[in-house]
Amino acid sequence: MDKQEYLELFHQMVLIRHVEEQASVLYQQGKIGGFLHLYIGQEAVSTGLISARMPQDRVITAYRDHGVAINCGISPQVVLAELLGKATGCSEGRGGSMHMADVEKNFWGGHAIVGAHLPIATGLALGDRYKGTDGVTICMFGDGATNIGYFHEAVNLSKVWNLSVLWVCENNLYGMGTAVDRASAVSEIRQKAEGYSIPNSRVDGMDIIKVREAAQEAIEKVRANKTPYFLEIETYRFRGHSMGDPERYRTSDEVKCWQDEEDPIGIYYKYLVAQKIASAAELDELGHAAEQEILEAVQYAESSPEPQAEDLFKYIFVDAE
Amino acid sequence: MARITMREAISQALWEEMELDPDVFILGEEVGVWGGSYAVTKGFYDHFGPERVKDTPISEAAIIGAAIGAALTGLRPVAEIMTINFAFSAFDHIVNQAAKLHYMFAGQMRVPLVIRTVSGGGRQLAATHSQTPDVIFAHFPGLKVVAPGTPEDAKGLLKTAIRTDDPVLFIESATLYQTRGEVPEGEYLTPIGKSKIQRPGKDVTIITYSKMLDVSLKAADQLAHEGVDVEVVDLRTLRPLDMGPVLESFKKTNRAVIVEEGWRSYGVGAEVASRIYEEAFDFIDAPIQRVAQKEVPLPYNRNLEQLALPQMEDVLKAVREVI
Repeated sequence: MDKQEYLELFHQMVLIRHVEEQASVLYQQGKIGGFLHLYIGQEAVSTGLISARMPQDRVITAYRDHGVAINCGISPQVVLAELLGKATGCSEGRGGSMHMADVEKNFWGGHAIVGAHLPIATGLALGDRYKGTDGVTICMFGDGATNIGYFHEAVNLSKVWNLSVLWVCENNLYGMGTAVDRASAVSEIRQKAEGYSIPNSRVDGMDIIKVREAAQEAIEKVRANKTPYFLEIETYRFRGHSMGDPERYRTSDEVKCWQDEEDPIGIYYKYLVAQKIASAAELDELGHAAEQEILEAVQYAESSPEPQAEDLFKYIFVDAE
Repeated sequence: MARITMREAISQALWEEMELDPDVFILGEEVGVWGGSYAVTKGFYDHFGPERVKDTPISEAAIIGAAIGAALTGLRPVAEIMTINFAFSAFDHIVNQAAKLHYMFAGQMRVPLVIRTVSGGGRQLAATHSQTPDVIFAHFPGLKVVAPGTPEDAKGLLKTAIRTDDPVLFIESATLYQTRGEVPEGEYLTPIGKSKIQRPGKDVTIITYSKMLDVSLKAADQLAHEGVDVEVVDLRTLRPLDMGPVLESFKKTNRAVIVEEGWRSYGVGAEVASRIYEEAFDFIDAPIQRVAQKEVPLPYNRNLEQLALPQMEDVLKAVREVI
């Protein structure tokens, strides 16, 4: 990577952090409805992972999708507009927090039924195989999704048909409020891939450099070998599962310990300075600029128009009734 | 016109569309080497090859999920779910994914998917394998539900379904596969979402679809001997539901019997009758009658099963009730 690429990753992580902090405020103000799942703490996972993809590689994820959307190239304005349910949002206000997508950017959503997008990922990869293209489908999901049947059906089929899927488990240690070892027969989620003869590995998700390297290696393996690969990325969410989570399942000391010692932005900041890739002043300046950018994005979203009432029935069918 | 079976009609539609469009492919349990559980895809595997006639594991959620994903990339998958009873294992993918993606992502995603499946009882398969839960699937905006009752409609509607950019649940009836009917020579398409008068009449309107069309037409023939002239409207599509021919017929006969194979509660009869009450109240000369399955899990025993399923005698009785 050249300096610009290093800084771009930093910029994306900081943008995500600010978007999520602003979203938290907007939610408390009652401007965002429904559920809101923040990505704070997990920024290095999708930023590192998606930085390793080629344009032909598809990305599909679960409901904690704002960061993934930004990494895939959806602007923070458009993400925030969708959170506010505006016509300028990426799903024109029909999807909300959990359903962001931009298929032009090869980002296939934002899916809110736990595990249900895994079989769909298998199908995206089947589409590429059928057409003979070399795209890799990168499918992200949480540790909780690996306990539902869809996971096992999808992963099995991907191996039976040897499809080019990179399965990426973001293990943030809790499925909602249930710790991994209380819900999963194995605490190293990658072990589940063994049962399907899928090569696998595990990486520290708080260190973006490690994530990026692991992702590059995994994606190229999938592309070259035309067979699935399973990457478990260990991470931690600093906020509740969603807004309003009382967090009875973990101590504030535990959370504070992760925030103090494992903040992915702090770790990357120190790395960039220590490696003399950028100065602290440069990074601080970049951080301030990102904050300003997000404040303006909030303004854009707030001043955007609501969807039109007469468009309520738009998009039910392609071939209208 | 050629006289062919329902099975041949469906098979021809698939074959023709696969010959025409390389993006059309089939996936499902036993569709390939076996030739289809109901022999609809017999010979396809040898002709089109394993990439276009894909055998799958017994894995309904993965079958439909993978078909959705492939459809998102622009392919036109035809997924076979061996019976509609197994569609419950893929229920989320059918009603919560396929039916939602186009709307929820503001038109960015298209799901040109056909799910072929078999509905209905009468073959002594007991409670879990004999259901007619068609209306459950028709409840969801975003999913088209087609259920033809004649070989002509089956062929024309399946060809249209394959070319449609929306997800379509295509419901067949195992007990109709051997039924013969006239089918036009050469290429033709039948529009989705159009009801059709299958038998003209002036005294009573029977509204029905799929296997019960056959039962209703036989009842109408018998009633003709009694001097009752029955008009039979075949819905053909449950969503979008076309009430046009139903209301037109009802305004003429002022009497209606709705015949379906599934359970009465919350059924097609309930929906169609409500719409007649809402849109043609002034034309009602008699309370609308419903013929449906008795509200019991279907038993294995042949006599008990037939007792629970709607019979031609039930249709005759209902028609006599309204005249």
